Amino acid sequence: MDMSPGTIRPKLTARGVNVFYGDAQALNRVDLDIRAHEVTALIGPSGCGKSTFLRCLNRMNDLIEICRVDGDIRLDGEDIYDPAVNLVYLRARIGMVFQKPNPFPKSIYDNVAYGPKIHGLARSRADMDETVASSLERAGLWEEVKDRLDAPATGLSGGQQQRLCIARAIAVRPEVILMDEPCSSLDPIATARIEALMDELRQNFTIVIVTHSMQQAARVSQRTAFFHLGDLVEVGDTDTVFTQPVDPRTESYISGRIG
Amino acid sequence: MAQAVAAAERVERSSLLAAPEGRRARQVLGERILLGLLAASSLVAILTTIGIALSLLFETLRFLDAVPLFDFLFGLNWSPQIAIREDQVGSSGAFGVVPLLVGTGLIAAVAMTVAGPLGLFSAIFLAEYASPRARSFAKPILEILAGIPTVVYGFFAVLVVAPFVRDSSEAAGFEVSSESALAAGVVMGVMIVPIVSSIADDVISAVPQSLREGAYGLGATKSETVRDIVLPAALPGIGGALLLGVSRAIGETMIVVMAAGLSAQLTVNPLQAVTTITVQMVALLTGDQEFDSPKTLAAFALGLLLFIATLILNLIALMLVRRYQERYD
Ligand SMILES: Nc1ncnc2c1ncn2[C@@H]1O[C@H](COP(=O)(O)OP(=O)(O)OP(=O)(O)O)[C@@H](O)[C@H]1O
Ligand SMILES: [Mg+2]
Repeated sequence: MDMSPGTIRPKLTARGVNVFYGDAQALNRVDLDIRAHEVTALIGPSGCGKSTFLRCLNRMNDLIEICRVDGDIRLDGEDIYDPAVNLVYLRARIGMVFQKPNPFPKSIYDNVAYGPKIHGLARSRADMDETVASSLERAGLWEEVKDRLDAPATGLSGGQQQRLCIARAIAVRPEVILMDEPCSSLDPIATARIEALMDELRQNFTIVIVTHSMQQAARVSQRTAFFHLGDLVEVGDTDTVFTQPVDPRTESYISGRIG
Repeated sequence: MAQAVAAAERVERSSLLAAPEGRRARQVLGERILLGLLAASSLVAILTTIGIALSLLFETLRFLDAVPLFDFLFGLNWSPQIAIREDQVGSSGAFGVVPLLVGTGLIAAVAMTVAGPLGLFSAIFLAEYASPRARSFAKPILEILAGIPTVVYGFFAVLVVAPFVRDSSEAAGFEVSSESALAAGVVMGVMIVPIVSSIADDVISAVPQSLREGAYGLGATKSETVRDIVLPAALPGIGGALLLGVSRAIGETMIVVMAAGLSAQLTVNPLQAVTTITVQMVALLTGDQEFDSPKTLAAFALGLLLFIATLILNLIALMLVRRYQERYD
């Protein structure tokens, strides 16, 4: 548990989280707090369980038949694995952006409007227009698409598509946004835009990001968690983790990548 | 120096070429024979297709000498029996194909009314809802359905469905002929279900998982995801699956020969007997005919018509399915 002074209650808490795919254990008793209005970066070598952990937080792993999650994960103190939990509400509160941009084969407008529509968040067409516009605005895409909202979203560039996916997630007004390597298919310029965006977004949202780039973790996050072979090895303020890692595994991973 | 290198290279190359003489010759011969065999096989298939298309075309042209194209395509009356009297060959205008087109279309429409929803819903079930166990059980059964000889379906249409349609419609106070478009169409629809469902299943399964996850990640329920994201994404391919079903329906022969009847009535009432292009082709060619009587030649004209129609349908369907697959590769 994080005991640094002045911290309010964490947004998300994970305690003793084990995840199995069939008989193979992918996460081993992970304890992690995610603080509100911060960007938390999950780093670690490929296959260490970063995506698995991220997908536990909005119960995306429920979609995988052989996946079993135990332990305790709470959003604002509420157990999200309680059988009574409504997944529709949970995922409305915890949005997700994926590694590869996955716009729906619909218009730009309809992509953003889809979430608010299924959750009944807009009272009128004007209300919806406003939601779509402000979401695109916050995702830094409005200027580029405002004249072609009816154009198919699949016609956008990769970086624009990813910002559209962010707008789509924001439109539902979630409290937490999970991002799994959101820049891995983007060029440096598009990446820089999304990194800048994350810093703005954390005013209103809590962000958890998986990344393979140390530099990116260092640039965008306030907290960093290092995973290795299914264990959460180390978590702390990003500056501390990168400059004075406690665990030798963290040290060698970070120096290996940077140096 | 450079010369020495080049020379060395030449030596090396020639040593590669100098495989034992006999072995090399045998190798080359074997390759040639294999190639020839493969090429010849595909040539036979291609030439046969071209030959059939050409003979259809030529005989159709001969038919059109006797019957004007306009009368054939737009004539409302089909009664080839009158026209075979030698003194008035084809002049009566009794080769109007419209009743056959309407009959074919009517039966195909009935068939697709059955096969469209059933095929689509079972594809959606198989692709999105069925557990792997249910899938491994249901898929082979659908495939068996596709393997039943159509003459068995024809039997079934005549002996079970037609009497049922007749009895129940009569009980409801409708007038029904003993052979009805409805009976033939319904049975044909059942036959087409596996065609539609298996292609639609492929197409729906090919919708990338990332789209589904995108919808679930926004809090969409399963049915919202299927309805709003998966099906629209699969729509062109589903259209292709339905068109292939239609193409199969208009070319189907056995069921309609047995269950649809011969009377070329111009009606869209599915309780009436109608006839189709395929039925009339069979009727024109059974029994002793002069090969060059308009009656026989009419069969070629019908054949060409059918060929063109199914060809176009299949091409559009393939284009839809293929373009759809490219989009998600
Ligand atoms: N659907 C699945 N079925 C079975 N095993 C899985 C599945 N998804 C992940 N795993 C296994 O769980 C472990 C952790 O995978 P995970 O995808 O969480 O790693 P990761 O840290 O995100 O890796 P990467 O950086 O390559 O994305 C790996 O050993 C992986 O093989
Ligand atoms: Mg991953």
